[in-house]
Amino acid sequence: MIHLAGPVVLAAALAGAGVYGLLARRNAVLVLIGAELLLNAVNVLLVTAGTLPAGGLAALSAGGPARATAGDPLLPGPVLAIVVITIAAAEIGLALAVVLLTFRQRGTSDLTELRELGEGSPTYDEHPDAGELPPPASAPETPPGDDRTPSAAGAVR
Amino acid sequence: MSGAELLFAAFGLLAATAAFLAVGSRHVVHAALWLVVALGSLAGVYLVLGAEIVALVQLLVYVGAVVVLVLFALMMTRAPIGIRDDLFVGKGQRLAAVLAGVAVAGLLGGTLLVAVGDATVDPDTARGQAEPIGRAVFAAWALPFELLSLLLLAALIGAVAVSRGRQK
Repeated sequence: MIHLAGPVVLAAALAGAGVYGLLARRNAVLVLIGAELLLNAVNVLLVTAGTLPAGGLAALSAGGPARATAGDPLLPGPVLAIVVITIAAAEIGLALAVVLLTFRQRGTSDLTELRELGEGSPTYDEHPDAGELPPPASAPETPPGDDRTPSAAGAVR
Repeated sequence: MSGAELLFAAFGLLAATAAFLAVGSRHVVHAALWLVVALGSLAGVYLVLGAEIVALVQLLVYVGAVVVLVLFALMMTRAPIGIRDDLFVGKGQRLAAVLAGVAVAGLLGGTLLVAVGDATVDPDTARGQAEPIGRAVFAAWALPFELLSLLLLAALIGAVAVSRGRQK
């Protein structure tokens, strides 16, 4: 017998740590670690819900110890936990590709320095359609017409 | 306190501690390694809760693949080695982050604690094994499962397209 307060408190702690990691970190990869912890908090709750009998908490409290032990035949708890794990894998693969591209283009993975679209940046423009955009402060060094790929250019840096 | 509850408490405490160290470490690589500990002990939590196949998938996908990906990303972005103080945002924003984390944890934990009351469950390990899960996935959950494979394919193509950059 496992008291349900344990998994609930664990999921809350993981979610709190995940939110803190998302908001307090500057390195993009460390921000993603916070996102992973949030997804795992969801998974703990899903697996915990999968241990309940069919009908959920209401059936548990109504039946008492002599309740029907039949679970939901669809097994939504563990199946949805596996779905979340798959989505997390897809998410982190794509997100790390974006982080790597950002690092190649800008030379940093510090999120507080990526301000090209912010008002304080030298390239910020109130009306981007009005005129030609000024070149970005740290433009990718591949000149137009160069047939080297940007990845090759980034690798030699 | 039963044996399962004791085991759950041990794994849960380890997971929570490692999670806090993963978001609080001043050492970039240590943060990723604490993530390994957190995810691995969460697999133990799932095992105690009777979800055997979820625990195995967690070990395979998270500890095996995601963490390796994170470590490779840290290497390829030339993450600093050693203790660094510039891993966190400024003091004010960090305080706000602590408040937001505590608020989320308090709200989620408080609401759910009220909801579950003092209910206990007896995990049925037979239901978490590969065969019933496989039957459920390939019968009732067939369409979501196929959509997931499509999502993975899209993420794969997207990651390749993004990391190749613009082709002239």
